[in-house]
Amino acid sequence: MTTGDNELMIEFLLGHINYWLFVVLMMTGLYIVIVRGNYVKKIVGLNIFQTAVFMFYISIGKITGGTAPIFPTDSQGRIRPDPDIVYSNPLPHVLILTAIVVGIATTALGLALIVRIREEYNTIEEDDVLEIETKLAEQENRIHGFGPGGGA
Amino acid sequence: MRHHLILRVITKILVGPIILYGLYVQFHGDFSPGGGFQAGVIIAVAFTLYGIVFGLRAVYAVLPPWVVHRLMALGLLIYAGVGILNMLSGYEFLNYGAFAPNHPSHGQHLGILWVETGVGITVTGVMIAVFYAFAGRPPRMGDDDW
Amino acid sequence: MAGGTEAVAHQALEMTDHLPVLQVLIPFIAAPLAVFLGVRSLAWPIACAGAIASLVCSVVLMLATLDGSFISYHLGGWAPPYGIEYRVDAANAFVLLLISATAVVVMPFTKASVDAEIPKKDHTLFYACFMLCITGLLGVVVTGDAFNVFVFLEISSLSAYVLVSQGSHRDRRALTVAYDYLLMGTIGATFFVIGIGFLYMATGTLNMADIADRIAGQGDNRTIQAAFAFILVGMGLKVAIYPLHLWLPGAYNYAPSAVTVLLAATATKAAIYVVLRFTFSVFQPEFTFDTNVLYWIIIPFALLAMFAASLIAVFQTNFKRMLAYSSIAQIGYMLLGIGFFNLSGLTATMVHLFNHSITKAALFMAVGALVLRSGSTFYDRIRGMGKSMPLTSAVVVIGGLSLIGIPGTAGFVSKWMLVQAAFELGWWWMALLIVASSLLAVIYVWRVLEVLYLGDTAEGAQHKEAPMMMAGPMWVAALACIWFGFDTSLTLEASRVAANGLLSGNAGMAPVPTTAAGGGH
Repeated sequence: MTTGDNELMIEFLLGHINYWLFVVLMMTGLYIVIVRGNYVKKIVGLNIFQTAVFMFYISIGKITGGTAPIFPTDSQGRIRPDPDIVYSNPLPHVLILTAIVVGIATTALGLALIVRIREEYNTIEEDDVLEIETKLAEQENRIHGFGPGGGA
Repeated sequence: MRHHLILRVITKILVGPIILYGLYVQFHGDFSPGGGFQAGVIIAVAFTLYGIVFGLRAVYAVLPPWVVHRLMALGLLIYAGVGILNMLSGYEFLNYGAFAPNHPSHGQHLGILWVETGVGITVTGVMIAVFYAFAGRPPRMGDDDW
Repeated sequence: MAGGTEAVAHQALEMTDHLPVLQVLIPFIAAPLAVFLGVRSLAWPIACAGAIASLVCSVVLMLATLDGSFISYHLGGWAPPYGIEYRVDAANAFVLLLISATAVVVMPFTKASVDAEIPKKDHTLFYACFMLCITGLLGVVVTGDAFNVFVFLEISSLSAYVLVSQGSHRDRRALTVAYDYLLMGTIGATFFVIGIGFLYMATGTLNMADIADRIAGQGDNRTIQAAFAFILVGMGLKVAIYPLHLWLPGAYNYAPSAVTVLLAATATKAAIYVVLRFTFSVFQPEFTFDTNVLYWIIIPFALLAMFAASLIAVFQTNFKRMLAYSSIAQIGYMLLGIGFFNLSGLTATMVHLFNHSITKAALFMAVGALVLRSGSTFYDRIRGMGKSMPLTSAVVVIGGLSLIGIPGTAGFVSKWMLVQAAFELGWWWMALLIVASSLLAVIYVWRVLEVLYLGDTAEGAQHKEAPMMMAGPMWVAALACIWFGFDTSLTLEASRVAANGLLSGNAGMAPVPTTAAGGGH
């Protein structure tokens, strides 16, 4: 590889740093959701996954050299937009505010379900729950005849 | 918590200012970062803190669960009501210009104020309801089982 | 920025101009109103009134858009592409009509089944959630703003998770299926948001029509392709496209009967509408066609759903679970219509959307009635109920025939359209596959009918006909199955106009009007 190629490569890696972080965070979250057996940890994974998306949105709203999108006002309090100032894009932030609220609702609901699951199954480990449910399904299969795709 | 004197005193001192700060965030949201969402959470924090330190029964006496449910609904109704008022005066849903046809920016201020009030009430209600829902479940283990 | 000068010229709107927003607003208000009044006996009437008013809105909207035109509503007076726009054309008006009509028909059934299955203290909140779910579904369909779709999608999904978990009063497994549904639904929605994010990166706008405009000039763009992939997978989870369907059988099986009816008849349909809207209106048909997504991804999965899910349904011993798998199979037909990428195929998808919805509503309501009398949906527990519940069992017969696609039922019309679309492409083997998968439907429907009519009577069940509150709505849906099997003028015409609008892609979205109304700083 020539030095030019190396520089291009570094530029490619560093220039997209926000996307790399987004990908790593997103995959971490998704991995936790899929692999972890503990229901609460799954919710935590889901939160990390969602947070990655929030970061993705906010980073695409950033404009190099841009400042907070608040127009300056004069002494009478009237708005005086200054064409020389570069502003960051506020819209992704607003969108993410909504997405965060949705995320909180999802988390609260997920945790509430976990509380109820614990009351009914006395565990919050997926393996234990699956064991109980497999037994239930086997019992049903014995009584009512075999049906595929039973269990959870 | 009977014996935690410091916690109880500090909580009693803090609850008032927290609510006051929530109201500040609520009404100053027009000019600075803030608004109904943040204010709602801050006000809910005051009640949550009170509930954690003095117990659920004490906070139920201040704000019974049925009131909290009403609060959640009331905020939404205020929000939707603002939109309907606009519609009744021949404007689009949530077009605050309807409040002051000759001076839309005043209408904007008024509309945002009401909508944010609704949002604040609902968020307060929801956050307290979440706290009640989790704290109100019958405990599975006693304090000494940890 | 836009100041007072424009507002003076503001034209007063009539109440009929507000229909697109009233459509969503009325069920939305019904929910907090029921909670605020807090009178248990009022919750159901309020929900009912909300559903009926919303049906009226959607009927008017459908009539107004049948000529292929569209209605645009600017929320808050902010003109698109900056403000949120509600845009109703024949395609969404049709789905709106479907959702609100289902809501109205299901309401009496809901009352009877909720009284039996949900503890009294939860009734008010249950109806509030029910209305929020309907609000979300209507909102997903009515909005013309890509991010708004996500918000409404989550309103409907979150309330759906709660509604599914209410089945825990009968079987605790409802809790774990609701939890699984929550995980998968959230992952799906988050994928969808990532897709929207990519679209926003590439176009700088969230208005669907505006996105379509801007994509058109971009050609082969990897950001847009990534956006399409994320949106398709994300919505695929909500639609329950075959390999992404795992949440569906459990959720349908353990949810309270009324919730199953609502979800089966409307939730997946709204999601399919979103897939349609994004595939054809937002991304250009040429774009999706060029990348061969339709032929190489959608069609194979559609076929997989048609056969694999039907096969699983054949071997079920639980009526409700069987219907859930059958739903996954039927979703395969709708996807197949999308994959055909011609007018007949899309028309078939739209018609099947409607026909399958009424069919499944009828069948799941029958299941609800059987649960009420026998306490279970396993075949050996409902054996011989055909004799003691003739009305309910007759609905199962009609619904079953419609599921198979026997001439004279609604199901036949859509399958016929689908076969016709296959022939138009010259894919006679595809037509054979469609017929072959219908044969699987014959088997699983026959198993139920055999159990209901030919088995000896099960013990331990109440042998009494379903109450009128259940039998009535059930029969409305069943008669609709037959009616739309003979009189196809409404369904086919609306579907054809909708499909036409979707296929014309960008042109169907029409340019964004630029005149701003109102505004502020």
